Amino acid sequence: MALATDTAPANPLLPSVTTIVDRWDETDDTFTLSLAPPPGYRFEPGQFNMLYVFGTGEVAISVSGDPGRSGRLIHTVRGVGSVTKRLRELVVGDAIGVRGPFGRPWPVDAAVGGDLVVVAGGIGLAPLRPAILHALANRDRYERLVLLYGTRMPRDLLYRDLVSEWRGRFDMDVLVTVDNADRSWRGSVGVVTRLIPRAPFDPKRSTVLVCGPEIMMRFTGRELVRRGVDPASIWVSMERNMQCALAVCGHCQFGPSFVCRDGPVLRYDDVDELFEIREV
Amino acid sequence: MSELEARLSAHPFVQGVERESLDSLIAAAVGIVEWEPETIVARTGSFADRCYLVERGDLAIEVHRPGRRPRIIQTVNDGEVLGWSWVVEPYRWTFDVRALTPSTAIALDGVALRSAMEADHELGYLVLRRFAMVIAGRLEATRLQLLDVYGARD
Repeated sequence: MALATDTAPANPLLPSVTTIVDRWDETDDTFTLSLAPPPGYRFEPGQFNMLYVFGTGEVAISVSGDPGRSGRLIHTVRGVGSVTKRLRELVVGDAIGVRGPFGRPWPVDAAVGGDLVVVAGGIGLAPLRPAILHALANRDRYERLVLLYGTRMPRDLLYRDLVSEWRGRFDMDVLVTVDNADRSWRGSVGVVTRLIPRAPFDPKRSTVLVCGPEIMMRFTGRELVRRGVDPASIWVSMERNMQCALAVCGHCQFGPSFVCRDGPVLRYDDVDELFEIREV
Repeated sequence: MSELEARLSAHPFVQGVERESLDSLIAAAVGIVEWEPETIVARTGSFADRCYLVERGDLAIEVHRPGRRPRIIQTVNDGEVLGWSWVVEPYRWTFDVRALTPSTAIALDGVALRSAMEADHELGYLVLRRFAMVIAGRLEATRLQLLDVYGARD
């Protein structure tokens, strides 16, 4: 069976067994695993792996590391389901199964020559991190590089040190907002869509990558279009119940698309009507 | 063209306004205000006789809660509008407003603007239509905040 990219593994159903080299907490419920990558492993920004916790099950997790560095395989995970909660209990040296990478990546090349705008909500920053790192490694290929990042509360900010570093750069604009804050927070309060009207980018020359909860992406897409961005230049990363990752089982079907194969990155104008349907 | 007129004309809220209506807005403009961080711009319950077109800065709309720390509801930033209580009876600020960063804004006299809108319904429709868009945007954002989209799933 053909997979979406040429980075597909030889036998996509067979997990490679690897070990946890490092792990650290990002927030109260989110952590990052650093794995030894299987031999020859490489990925493109936006792709995901199936992580197999032996005796518990498999879960689809986007790769959140630097695509330009092959030494470690990085995943940032929110421990909310049975598999991800078990993942959180694993320690350095534990074995883990990895299948992948799967899926259609972010169209980072389509943005070349124009502005690249990244809109992240909550843990949605994790699948976007490789795209940002790729853009920074190829900074001269893009005009403006903009990150709009919204999360629930200040303590939920992901990659705090990295985001601070990005904010300090002269070649990147970073706007951060939180939904809830007390007076100890000095930044913006409000949903991430409120950043869009004042973000410094040219809507006619921008490619926008969006990842976050589905409802956040729906309203973000609408606000981007209102700002003047072409719907065909907006890309969203969908989250669905992915099991086989090979477009066979159908669990991840979203309208006519299999998110594992046709996505997770989909063009906004291909899915915007599906966002409005109550049950897809 | 005076500096105040030029700066008012450049504010996003005023973009595309016809000359006659723009003159009415200019007549209602009382000056440029600057706030240092921690300046209280408005207090809940006080008379709302001003509306501000924010040029630069970050302003927190807050609600004070007896015995608890004030909570920030939203922030208002560059190019946005602060305050619509001047157009809604009983013309009292509904929340506190505090400057977070050095901020500048064009102040409009709400009482004078209301009178001008009463006298010129075309101006009144234009201003209220623009405020309706501001209010609708804030309402949509507030509803999204209430959804707590980043919280645990139901």
